[in-house]
Amino acid sequence: MSAATPSKSGPLLTMRGLHIEATGFDGHPIIIVDGIDLDLERGQVLGLIGESGAGKSTIALAAMGYTRGGARITGGDIVFDGRNVLEMPYHQRRKLRGDRISYVAQSAAASFNPAKTLMHQIIEAPVLHGVMSAEEASQRAVDLFHRLKVPDPDTFGRRYPHQVSGGQLQRAMTAMAMVCEPDVLILDEPTTALDVTTQIEVLAAVRDVMREFGTAGLYITHDLAVVAQISDRIMVLRDGRTVEVGETQQILEAPRETYTRDLVAARRFHVKAGEGGSETPQALLEARGIDAGYGSVKVLKGVDVAVHPRETVAVVGESGSGKSTLARVVTGLLPPTRGQVLFQGEALPPALGQRSREQLRRIQMIYQMPDVALNPRHRVYDTLARPLQFYHGLRGKELREEVNRLLDDIELGGDYAQRFPGELSGGQKQRVCIARALAARPDVVICDEPTSALDQLVAESILELLQRLQDERGLAYLFITHDLGLVKAIADRVVVMKSGEVVQQGPKAEVFSPPAHPYTELLLASVPEMRVDWLDDVLETRAGQELAER
Amino acid sequence: MRVSGHRLSIAALVGLAIIFVNVAAAVLAPWIAPYSPTSTVGSVWLPPGEEGFLLGTDQNGRDMLTRMLYGARTSIGIALTATILSFLLGSVLGFLAATVGGWLDQLLSRIVDTLMAIPVLILALLVLTALGSSIPVLIGVIAVLDSTRVFRLSRAVGMDIAVMEYVEAARLRGEGLWWIIRREILPNALPPLIAEFGLRFCFAFLLISSLSFLGLGVQPPFADWGGMVRDNAQALEFGLSAPLIPAAGIAVLTIGVNLVVDWMLGLQGRTMEDSR
Repeated sequence: MSAATPSKSGPLLTMRGLHIEATGFDGHPIIIVDGIDLDLERGQVLGLIGESGAGKSTIALAAMGYTRGGARITGGDIVFDGRNVLEMPYHQRRKLRGDRISYVAQSAAASFNPAKTLMHQIIEAPVLHGVMSAEEASQRAVDLFHRLKVPDPDTFGRRYPHQVSGGQLQRAMTAMAMVCEPDVLILDEPTTALDVTTQIEVLAAVRDVMREFGTAGLYITHDLAVVAQISDRIMVLRDGRTVEVGETQQILEAPRETYTRDLVAARRFHVKAGEGGSETPQALLEARGIDAGYGSVKVLKGVDVAVHPRETVAVVGESGSGKSTLARVVTGLLPPTRGQVLFQGEALPPALGQRSREQLRRIQMIYQMPDVALNPRHRVYDTLARPLQFYHGLRGKELREEVNRLLDDIELGGDYAQRFPGELSGGQKQRVCIARALAARPDVVICDEPTSALDQLVAESILELLQRLQDERGLAYLFITHDLGLVKAIADRVVVMKSGEVVQQGPKAEVFSPPAHPYTELLLASVPEMRVDWLDDVLETRAGQELAER
Repeated sequence: MRVSGHRLSIAALVGLAIIFVNVAAAVLAPWIAPYSPTSTVGSVWLPPGEEGFLLGTDQNGRDMLTRMLYGARTSIGIALTATILSFLLGSVLGFLAATVGGWLDQLLSRIVDTLMAIPVLILALLVLTALGSSIPVLIGVIAVLDSTRVFRLSRAVGMDIAVMEYVEAARLRGEGLWWIIRREILPNALPPLIAEFGLRFCFAFLLISSLSFLGLGVQPPFADWGGMVRDNAQALEFGLSAPLIPAAGIAVLTIGVNLVVDWMLGLQGRTMEDSR
């Protein structure tokens, strides 16, 4: 490798005036990247941050001289280690990829071939590139497994992708990228698909390996707090342009641009004023001693949850903790094997089909993915009009007026009535989903991670809308989420779940104030904070605790 | 030329033209046909163009052009009716199996598997021999046999849609099964079903032609293209082109429908990529 390295000085990667365009369906060019200048020094990590569509991934992939299908580089220079990437012939570019620049994708699960062992896939590139022999590569991979702290590093490579957890798979992917000891590692949202507690471990493992090998990196994410833990410098992007570049500390503490300031502020939620939720003795919605599961798999074990009028109850836990199953039981989609669901003290029939229209009307639901929660062939008007007809028998002029009122309520306006979901942004779609739930005039709305598929600032505005609607209409929310930052901001009461059981529940202040349940503590400590040395602090605390436990 | 915002390819345009001509011939036959389809008007097997017969005459000295026009009426009419019936039957049952699932899905799927295990032509021959060949029976047999394929497709497409959260939202609202199938599933399943309609039409059309060729389809004196090929087959021995004319009709219409279906399938691929 070193033979191909002409100089050890000077920046490793520079981009000047990079332009990337794609051709839209109607034949018009769409500008994805609009004149980006980027400098990456050896051994340095640059965080690329921005909302979806900001051009983060496109820029990072361009460093390898690669663009996704349909996109092309239309201007600018990309110089890697003194050589212009865009002028390289194809075979040299190919050699560059995987050998000196490698890529870690967001979803490791989708990037591995399920039919081959991890080791087989990890050593494939170096062997194929003729950089090293299979034995050499395997040795290196095992060494990396040790450094990345996967369990049983010596035999880890013999497993198949489905036999390891998501966090381990992400580390395997990092090993795959590091096995050639590249100069630059491109990390495309490597921890976004992981639970908060796993995210820390992966983040720490990746950072340590990169430091040990002196690997430079481009770290792509939409989460400023995450990127702060690993980056030396941060580049804020929006609509394919640079908003601001600076040292991590400066971006976090003294952002120059308004947009950056908004991003920093969005993470510091406005905490809900007043501990709301009048503690009336009568719960609006109550789940008592719920056992439920799919076939022989038991997911919920003896879960008790109560929601009182006008309050927000947050159900938190990692994926697989049974949060969403609880929602399915409450709505009647999954009848419980034991226990019952009560509404205002009266037992609801366990199965959806046995519930009356009136019982169904009072419990509504908002989903995580607004894309699949709206029928793509129904106009907004039809989507909103149906529950009004169905539950309240509205028709004609009355119906049209009510749809318009709903659209005003979600801050969209009557012009949107004739649009199809495909003509709406993610945030707008979620607003329509909220309006559809409101149309039933419910008492309780179950919110299943309604903001986790949205960009930070959009999510913020959806939360504000939900809070305003709660104040105006006296709604109660059962809010399912894995985001503790969000829980702190919006919840009145908190239910913490782990492997199908409630480990702790109570008013927010009580649950989150020490001494909290150890699992709650772990979840709380895992939420990235917007400061540079947060990860080090967490790791130190945990090491201390482990020592104390011994 | 554009259809719902998509540019037509040249192949699709040719296909549409072929379909248009055939359908027009079928609909207008009684008005544009120069002779009666059943009366002898000239000598046997006159080559095309002779004595003013544009496509010549058949084995009984009837005008070939007239027979072709009336034949289009029978062949296309039966194929279209059978295909529409098979879609009504197949898609409703398919969507039902996809949405309800469980034992109903098992029952319907196994029945369909059994039907599909028997070769179509042999089954059709058996039923037609047992019940006797009349146009209603012919339509019924083809509709049922074709509906098995439609069932399979509708069930597969329906299952993908039935797990979408917008369907769940409708179920949570308390909507009935029929409403969910009609309003939530059908509009989203329509593009693949429309393309399938073209293909199924071709199969129905070819099946009728085959059955008629074997003598179990449309009975004389009704004209139909498959029967016309059989009736005139002997002319080939004398180096005459008579049977090639209905055969070409069958081939051209089948190709025309396929050209349009190909274009529609390509379109779906593109819109699917778009929505990703």
